[in-house]
Amino acid sequence: MRFVETVWLVTRKDLLIEARSKEILYTTLFFAVSCVLVFAFGFVREGRPLGDAAAGILWIAIAFSGTLALGRAFERERQSETLRALMMSPIDRPALYVGKLCGVLILLAAVELIVVPLVGLMFQAPLFAHPVLMIGLLLTGTVGFAAVGTLFAAMLVRARSRDVLLPVLLYPITIPVIIAGVRGTAALLQAEVDEPMARAWLSMLVFFDVVFVTLALWTFEPVMTE
Amino acid sequence: MLNEGLSARSPKPKAKMNRLYPLLLLVAAAMFAYAPFMILAAPYESTMGLIQKIFYFHAPVAMTMFVSAFVCGIASAIFLFGGRLGADRVAMAAAELTSILGLIVLVTGPMWARKAWGVWWQWDARLTSTLVLWLIFQAYLLLRRFGGPGSDRLAAGVALFGMANVPFVYWSVNVWRTVHPTTTVVPSLQPGMRGPFWYCFLAFVLLYVSVLGVRTRLEKRRAELEALYLAVEE
Amino acid sequence: MIDFSTLTLTDVSRNFGRRRALARVSLAAAAGETIALLGPNGAGKSTLLSIAATLIAPSSGEVRYGDHDARTAGGALRGRIGLLGHDLYLYPELSAAENLRFFAKVYRLDGVERRVDEALDRAGLTTRRDDQVAGFSRGMRQRLALERALLHAPRLVLLDEPFTGLDDAATHALRRRLAGLREAGCIVLVTTHDLETIDGLIDRAVMLQQGKLVTIADGAGSLRERYRRSL
Repeated sequence: MRFVETVWLVTRKDLLIEARSKEILYTTLFFAVSCVLVFAFGFVREGRPLGDAAAGILWIAIAFSGTLALGRAFERERQSETLRALMMSPIDRPALYVGKLCGVLILLAAVELIVVPLVGLMFQAPLFAHPVLMIGLLLTGTVGFAAVGTLFAAMLVRARSRDVLLPVLLYPITIPVIIAGVRGTAALLQAEVDEPMARAWLSMLVFFDVVFVTLALWTFEPVMTE
Repeated sequence: MLNEGLSARSPKPKAKMNRLYPLLLLVAAAMFAYAPFMILAAPYESTMGLIQKIFYFHAPVAMTMFVSAFVCGIASAIFLFGGRLGADRVAMAAAELTSILGLIVLVTGPMWARKAWGVWWQWDARLTSTLVLWLIFQAYLLLRRFGGPGSDRLAAGVALFGMANVPFVYWSVNVWRTVHPTTTVVPSLQPGMRGPFWYCFLAFVLLYVSVLGVRTRLEKRRAELEALYLAVEE
Repeated sequence: MIDFSTLTLTDVSRNFGRRRALARVSLAAAAGETIALLGPNGAGKSTLLSIAATLIAPSSGEVRYGDHDARTAGGALRGRIGLLGHDLYLYPELSAAENLRFFAKVYRLDGVERRVDEALDRAGLTTRRDDQVAGFSRGMRQRLALERALLHAPRLVLLDEPFTGLDDAATHALRRRLAGLREAGCIVLVTTHDLETIDGLIDRAVMLQQGKLVTIADGAGSLRERYRRSL
């Protein structure tokens, strides 16, 4: 119970700050939409998107804007060293990690709420023909990406060149998430819907989430101590 | 800390290990000198021709690279949870070697691919996984180089995540590729090819172990030097 | 709840790469003692406070809080330490009251609202309680940050340049606050360059010079005179 309370305390604080400034939400959302647009110029020919372009563009937009949101969310904790203040408090550190993770997840969910229908509209992709599987893929994919990203962004707070290092570290590690997201979504979008394939990717994502959230909870404390 | 630096210098069993490395290197060198003869004597693969011979170096290096990646991951975990500085030095040496071995794999792989598939790069499952793994270790080294003080612990976290990631990368890349099947030409080993293959693998492992040992020792010497600098200042 | 009545640093060293920030620093302090930590910029004062605050681990040497050490006592021990750092540890987007309330809950204190009101009163910010910290002046932030650091009534109080940006009235209030902490049996370590301001409030003074600790002898003269003599 105590754990959940602490998680909620941290998440609520982050949401309150975001509700005041709306900085991360607006910039991330605009960045995601720009991503979709830029990639559309590369992958739409004669008004029709190429092959699995919609699935790819959707997940690239999520990954890119996710990196931006993660960087900003922790830059905010760095500005007046509030992350140090939290590390110094008696707070349960894994709960601090989960609290930050939840904050990032809610932000990304808000971004996806706009970007996913937008991609569906712009690329004539029936993204919600299989709502349960699609939402499952989005949810597990975003959790996997943000779970690794939150740990890396938190530990990079006290590193030099953190802005460049975050994507450099994050993308290679989250490649399975990107592949699973893109292929799973593509399996749902293609002419002959391949539900078993989408389900296989979904289960891999669930497995990825379990392994990496556990690992992150486990490593957060030793990685964060100087 | 003068005392720490001096007392850490060569306790008995380690001194023996240190003398072992040159010997291992010599054995590995001798094995490499003889390797071309074994490879020449191995059966000639008719479809691939001479280029198939690259396989005897390519595959063992790739296997050694995966071993090295796991050495780095496990050493990083020991450093992170046990606080052993020695484990961090092993992890760093292993990461550098993974990076070099990966480069060899990524250069010899396309040579093979050019002959087998007619293109330099094929999004083959193994080649792609190797590229991803190589990128992870590049990221590790970049973090150590540019992350500033304290980045050793952060890098250890990355190595641990990288190691846990290997099965996911392999599985996902593999399934991704079989969605669009291609003609993969990975020849099953004829009996006559097995001997030279495992011989080369052993040679690379010996080379790996000795270079890892020497590199770790260099890093330890460097730490001792740092300690001495601090002691002089005091 | 963990408590302790002494802070003991034994041969504490800390180096960042080849740069030695602290060299074999030994220092003991007991409850009710206020110690001034003096010295030029870059002498290692902030590093020493960070080590005492368990934020940084020493490269060698030992820090003990009564019978406890930072590694084994963990969160419970951290809950007894208050640090006012150079960075103020406040969220600029939150109001003064929200900042205090958040940290009160993080420290799992009881009577959160009462404590928040009292802290705001002491900081002289009752009328500005619902304004965002981003709009505060440096002095107001400093006052709020001090109250945030002392919100959980810590045993060990670590203050890094607490007089920065304070006007006369606030300086006066802080002097009274320091005297109160001494009365309450806190161990206070305070770094400052305002030797005149702190004079008379401290039990003793030590000086850090290039990472080494030098005791400033008691005796005749003002703190500044004694400090000059030790330099």
